[in-house]
Amino acid sequence: MLTEFGRVLIFFILAGVFVAGGMITAWLIRPNRPYPSKLTTYECGEDPIGDTRVRFNIRFYVVALIFLIFDVEVVFLFPWALIYKELGWFAFIEMLVFLAILFVGYAYVWRKGDLDWDRPAPRIPRFEKGIGVVEDHVEEQLVVTQE
Amino acid sequence: MGLLDQRFENGNIVITSIDNLLNWARLSSLWPMQFGLACCAIEMMATGASHYDLDRFGIFFRGTPRQSDVMIVAGTVTLKMAERIKTLYDQMSEPRYVVSMGSCSNCGGPYWEHGYHVLKGVDRVIPVDVYVPGCPPRPEALMEGLMKLQEKIRGESIARKDLSMASR
Amino acid sequence: MIPQEIFDSIKAKFPKSVLEERSTGVHDPFAAIAPESIRDVCLFLRDDDALAFDFLMCLSGVDYTGGKLGVVYHLHSMKRGHKIALKVEVPASNPHCGSVESVWKTANWHEREAFDLFGIVFDGHPDLRRILLPDDWEGHPLRKDYQVPEYYHGMKVPY
Repeated sequence: MLTEFGRVLIFFILAGVFVAGGMITAWLIRPNRPYPSKLTTYECGEDPIGDTRVRFNIRFYVVALIFLIFDVEVVFLFPWALIYKELGWFAFIEMLVFLAILFVGYAYVWRKGDLDWDRPAPRIPRFEKGIGVVEDHVEEQLVVTQE
Repeated sequence: MGLLDQRFENGNIVITSIDNLLNWARLSSLWPMQFGLACCAIEMMATGASHYDLDRFGIFFRGTPRQSDVMIVAGTVTLKMAERIKTLYDQMSEPRYVVSMGSCSNCGGPYWEHGYHVLKGVDRVIPVDVYVPGCPPRPEALMEGLMKLQEKIRGESIARKDLSMASR
Repeated sequence: MIPQEIFDSIKAKFPKSVLEERSTGVHDPFAAIAPESIRDVCLFLRDDDALAFDFLMCLSGVDYTGGKLGVVYHLHSMKRGHKIALKVEVPASNPHCGSVESVWKTANWHEREAFDLFGIVFDGHPDLRRILLPDDWEGHPLRKDYQVPEYYHGMKVPY
């Protein structure tokens, strides 16, 4: 009786009713008594200083971008995989070409180092003579073991 | 503004049922703001750990006052910290409750006589609902304090102005 | 080295700075040093190879009643394995003492604590301010003649 799209519309409406029902019930019941001290920004009890905008590392943006591209690729793979049996060799070869093009991009990103999460170079403390060294020949032992 | 918040003078059947439902929901998932200051914090951690589990009461600790229902003040409250406690209590959303755990936050504890830097009881800055005595209170004592708070919440009403505890 | 030898080497280098020494009959053998020269004495104690006091264990303020404040330093040598104490006495009307922060960095916070609780001013300290009490606290609580304030920021202090 109902088309496929009709069923999706029912789902859509039910989802909207579910969310709206919860929010309206909360609006009816909740206490809402704001005052200036309550509305201050939370900073562990201290007076808030400074801006909330902070600089974050650009690696997050790069990872998100690469994820987006390959996620869209997977979205294209799903319907192809569902009706793969009925399509025959042509669809198979065409999808292989599609994957090969994206694979070239993947290899480029990999070799360029965009998939690595860069770590800072390790700082190994140096042992100096004098304060803290009990015997003088300890430093020689360190040199031997580091080889 | 809440539509039904503190509007009615008398309860009726609808409000009573909503009251029961709301109070049950609120007391079954009390989320404390972790506020361990000193030694009582260790006992609070022990209460939350696996032996005297608090998670079975629906209680698990939140890091921010915005998402918490109850503030368990566990430990000595210095004058320096008391201003921050006031700010954090202000930043909690209603309905909010305070449990004072241990002697130091009840009345200044062992520092009542010579503590020049200690606030003699956290109720000098914020309103307290339940006092849990002890130095430090055993985990069972803290759990009884929280259950007493649950009894207090059970008697609340959202509609009646005088009965609502969430009006502070 | 036994404490008496350590005190003798200090006296050999700084004859006018050592005011008193006790190496027997006390739990911690100590030498009383003049406040202006404490930094030079400590630098010598750290850098001399036979003494090698590389660890400042503790720096404490004291209120000897009668208008006198003091600072006690406990030093330990991890290289040589000996330890001594140094004492400095300053008048409460002018409580200035040399800072040993440039000798042992741990003295940075210890001297801030002594300033916070006793009011002893350390000359040469890069950042002398209160460390335990709030910044606008009045008075130095661990002095013997301290009066507890009635109110602080609207909160009643006494019981």
